[in-house]
Amino acid sequence: MLNFVEIKEQMKSDCIALTFKGNVTFELVDSIIIIISDKLDALEPNLNVRKKMYGILTECLQNLCNHTDDKGSLEIVDFDVKSVAISIKSTESCYFIETGNFVLNEKVAFLKKRIDEVNSKDKEGLKTLYNEILTNKVFSDKGGGGLGFIDIARKSGEKLDYLFENVNQSYSFFSFKIIINKK
Amino acid sequence: MDNLSIEAKNKTPKISFDAANGLMEIIGISCAENSVDFYKPIIEWIDSYKTEIQPITIVDINYKYFNTSSAKCILDMLERFVNLKNHGTNITINWHYEEDDEEMFDAGTNFSEILEFQFNLIKIE
Repeated sequence: MLNFVEIKEQMKSDCIALTFKGNVTFELVDSIIIIISDKLDALEPNLNVRKKMYGILTECLQNLCNHTDDKGSLEIVDFDVKSVAISIKSTESCYFIETGNFVLNEKVAFLKKRIDEVNSKDKEGLKTLYNEILTNKVFSDKGGGGLGFIDIARKSGEKLDYLFENVNQSYSFFSFKIIINKK
Repeated sequence: MDNLSIEAKNKTPKISFDAANGLMEIIGISCAENSVDFYKPIIEWIDSYKTEIQPITIVDINYKYFNTSSAKCILDMLERFVNLKNHGTNITINWHYEEDDEEMFDAGTNFSEILEFQFNLIKIE
């Protein structure tokens, strides 16, 4: 699982495509997606794999923008709580997208429950869950209203891997890992 | 009524709705982080089209990709298009998808099933 120390180590290896640590904004997300898309267009011959990567990256990065918490006071020594980490690796058989960000401890149980629910479903179950939320007529401020993790899981076809590491009384570090097979 | 014309941007699709001819076209990417704002004027336009509706309405949709923030807005928009059939128009929805793009094919099929309205799924070769 991703943590800042490991990222530093990973940056020394050849397989990593991109790591970013710093305040994430929607403008930055757009730039990252353009850079990665251009790279994928050149490297990945399969249209569906390229589109899955593009879609998952968009969901993950927009999630990071929407859900990175900042209570306004810097309570974590050495880290800005608005920092995020993004890592994309390519192996012979698959891509790995990993993200890391700080979340408020009070949100951990909710996020775990949501991801565990997604992980408990098979392909048909995910479609049913997706359509239940798609058709519930509940619009969040941002529009998606809880489709993000389901969409990522459907595109990936693999279980979502995650870890919450408690940092202090207010924050945990949320690591999230997605596998995209090169079929 | 006025036509609706919105140029494509890097995260939003091109919209060209021609009220006098009943021709509606949506083409491009829809992945704004807040899609509700983008789709609001589109949905309002469809609602006002009811008052000056044409006997035939043809909707051509060609999404390359849409994010989850857009999905509910797209369903809402499609539902309003489909419901125009109750206001005196014969509506056709053409859902275009790139050849080999399973995701956009599945998305069109799924929307069609949810709305219980047959879309023409058209492969772009």
